[in-house]
Amino acid sequence: MALAFALVVALITAVSVYIFAAHVWWFPVNISTHGAAIDHQFNLTLLICGIIFVLAQLGLAWFVFKYRDQGDGRKVIYSHGNNGLEATWTTAAAILFIGLNLMGYRIWAAMHFTGAAPGALQIEAQGQQFAWYFRYPGPDGQFGPIHVDKVDDATGNFFGLDRENDATAKDDIVTATLGIPVNREVEIFLRSKDVGHSFFVRELRVHQDLLPGIEIPIHFTATADALNHSSDPKLPNGTYEIVCTQLCGLGHYKMRAFLKVMTEQDYEKWLQQQAAAQ
Amino acid sequence: MADVHAEAVHHHTAPTGFIRKYIFSLDHKVIGKQYYFLALASVFVGIFLSILMRWHLVWPDAHIPLLALLSPNGAPGGVMTPEYYLSLMTLHGTLMVFFVLTTAPQSGFGNYVLPIQLGAEDMAFPTLNMLSFWTTFVGFVVLLATFFITDGPPISGWTAYPPLSAVGSASGPGEGMGQTLWIISIAIFCIGSLLGSLNFIATTLDLRARGLTLTRMPLTLWAWLITAVLMLLSFAVLLAAGVLLLLDRVAGTSFFIPAGLILSDKVLSNHSGGSPLLWQHLFWFFGHPEVYIAILPGMGVTSHIISTFSRKPIFGYKAMVYAMMSIGFLGFMVWGHHMFLSGMSPYSGFAFSVMTMAIGVPSAIKTFNWLGTMWGGKLRLTTAMLFSIGFVSLFVSGGLSGLFLAQPPVDVQLHATYFVVGHFHLVMGVAAIFGMFAGTFFWFPKMFGRMMNETLGKIHFWLTFIGVYCIFMPMHFLGVAGNVRRYSRFTEVDFLNTPHILDLHMFMSYAAFITAGAQLIFLFNLFWSMFKGEKAPDNPWEATSLEWTIPSPPPFDNFAGKHPVVYHGPYEFGVPGAAKDYIMQDSPEKVEGH
Repeated sequence: MALAFALVVALITAVSVYIFAAHVWWFPVNISTHGAAIDHQFNLTLLICGIIFVLAQLGLAWFVFKYRDQGDGRKVIYSHGNNGLEATWTTAAAILFIGLNLMGYRIWAAMHFTGAAPGALQIEAQGQQFAWYFRYPGPDGQFGPIHVDKVDDATGNFFGLDRENDATAKDDIVTATLGIPVNREVEIFLRSKDVGHSFFVRELRVHQDLLPGIEIPIHFTATADALNHSSDPKLPNGTYEIVCTQLCGLGHYKMRAFLKVMTEQDYEKWLQQQAAAQ
Repeated sequence: MADVHAEAVHHHTAPTGFIRKYIFSLDHKVIGKQYYFLALASVFVGIFLSILMRWHLVWPDAHIPLLALLSPNGAPGGVMTPEYYLSLMTLHGTLMVFFVLTTAPQSGFGNYVLPIQLGAEDMAFPTLNMLSFWTTFVGFVVLLATFFITDGPPISGWTAYPPLSAVGSASGPGEGMGQTLWIISIAIFCIGSLLGSLNFIATTLDLRARGLTLTRMPLTLWAWLITAVLMLLSFAVLLAAGVLLLLDRVAGTSFFIPAGLILSDKVLSNHSGGSPLLWQHLFWFFGHPEVYIAILPGMGVTSHIISTFSRKPIFGYKAMVYAMMSIGFLGFMVWGHHMFLSGMSPYSGFAFSVMTMAIGVPSAIKTFNWLGTMWGGKLRLTTAMLFSIGFVSLFVSGGLSGLFLAQPPVDVQLHATYFVVGHFHLVMGVAAIFGMFAGTFFWFPKMFGRMMNETLGKIHFWLTFIGVYCIFMPMHFLGVAGNVRRYSRFTEVDFLNTPHILDLHMFMSYAAFITAGAQLIFLFNLFWSMFKGEKAPDNPWEATSLEWTIPSPPPFDNFAGKHPVVYHGPYEFGVPGAAKDYIMQDSPEKVEGH
């Protein structure tokens, strides 16, 4: 029984470690400037936790096997503990865990404590049951006001724009695809029409909940690498899936849109085509 | 001091009549069993729901026989709708977290064992105890009622985030009466828990036998005490949050609903000024201590059983007590780690993440001490011991994945993926459950006067231990690959609709079906042994705490009118120079140099 336990735990440990180490299931390619730091922090955590995992599981397996009662009348080591050991492993764990956390501080600070640089490309993203829509400010660089009473999905007025009466709304470009250029900082203002949603693009390492009632800005820059990959072999290069990750109702599983990363020229062409179709 | 308080308990005579003995019993032992069987019923419903979920995820268009009978709306022609998947998921989580994990470890085993380990003849407030069970039972009935109303159970998950949960059926099926009944059920459950926790605290502080100082209490008693304090403080907040959500739904208030929402093509004009973030703060302020409520009793049981079956004192008793207290205390300071991406201030996020990493420290201490207890011991690998050792392995696995989620930049990639689902299932859905299995095999002889079958116990252990790793370890891999959670199917997202992802789900589903089936072995063992198990002696495990000094099963007043006196700590195993390899807590035996 003890040997069986030890072997099963050792096997589970070995298989788990192998699958992580060999990247059998792994993150998709990173296509953003801040993504490498996130991946590095994950890998560091994986290494540390992996070592602890192996030591703890194999330690458990070894002790169960070694100290099993073999009916030989052996006396136990009568001990109530060891304060020195307690102090040592408490301190070590505290330094390791909190140190690991502090190492990731800069990444979080760069994502959220500082906003986008002035001149970033500004886009609005709206999540609703069960689709994503995007809005570009157009040549005037300003988003027109939103009138909730004018929202009408049937006519494609997802943002409730009053193009006739609001000057700033006239040139707004509403799309169902999020098109962006490479190597240019993008600032996205996330808003929700109805319930909670969450914007996630795995390859961008960008993930942010939409909170009904407020607009939340996020910022990132897509790298040139983005032009050479996609979320799935079925999709053309530069195409990445945007998925909703906050339970939003029965259509949560199909609330999907596409991010298209393009060269600066292709992006301008694409934007003009979208503008013409308004 | 203890004498005076012990006398203060109302000496009741043995109950007569079926209703008083088995239904509205004031006896903590009967009430403990009632809670246990309520949790058992809940876990089988919860497992059934999870099987339906795992079936649907791998065969989304399958006709499931009889499902159309259970819900013609939810599964027309037996094919599960997306909303019905979410309903099943919501009830699965709700049943498991509240009616299994908060019920069996604390209210089930705690009620049965705590007064006896204290040397008392019952809880401080037996009538309150009875009321707390029946209140909880009513909550259970109200929850199950959601299956039988037209629109079915709510679809917002056990977390019930507004606005989805706050605006009524405009946000989806099940969000009408189903969500309202859910809130009422949980509110009733909160009241039952508050009543129960008052009893645990009063009893532990006031009814200890003479000589049973706090530092001679078995770690089970410490775990139940600390858990009761957590319950008292956190369930109060959940109750308040539930009332506010109910008011938003039925009384036109706007605690959680901002202005300008558009649902079902209509502007919601009668709400403004609320914030969905407020619900998240209130819910998780409860929700995080809740997971420690779920695990602490299991930790207490694990410590107790590992010491007993290693024939060695627990390594670092005081450190174990301080670790449980730290977990309880820090547990109130980490709730924001469920909200890193919520739109909450990122500065708060950083603060919560430091506290969360800190809470890993007492958990690590406990793990080291369990290993230290086994070191140099003489391990008796009974079924109870196997489940306790299994607890340690599972807690290591589940706890370590928490270190990833605790860091905001890493959480960016893992939030709301199957990585989270794997994490909480390993710690709650398995480790805590293993604590309950261990407790069952350990205390069954005392509760029913018979032994459970060890062979069946071991077969059940092996199938379950291997099975749960096969179900929940792969979820971490899927999470790293970006598999989003709470999806009713994976066919509409290209990066999910591939064999690489779907084949792993198929593996997990088969593992789930087999592991669920294996639980029938436990069920059979449990009920068969109640009637046909070998008769149990007073102390089959040669354990030391006070419950093993009385007959199996105990008389109605536990100690037959006597007041036990305690002379030793709870884990005096392998004392050099002692007559046997254990010294009972109430034994007057003195050992030289000890």
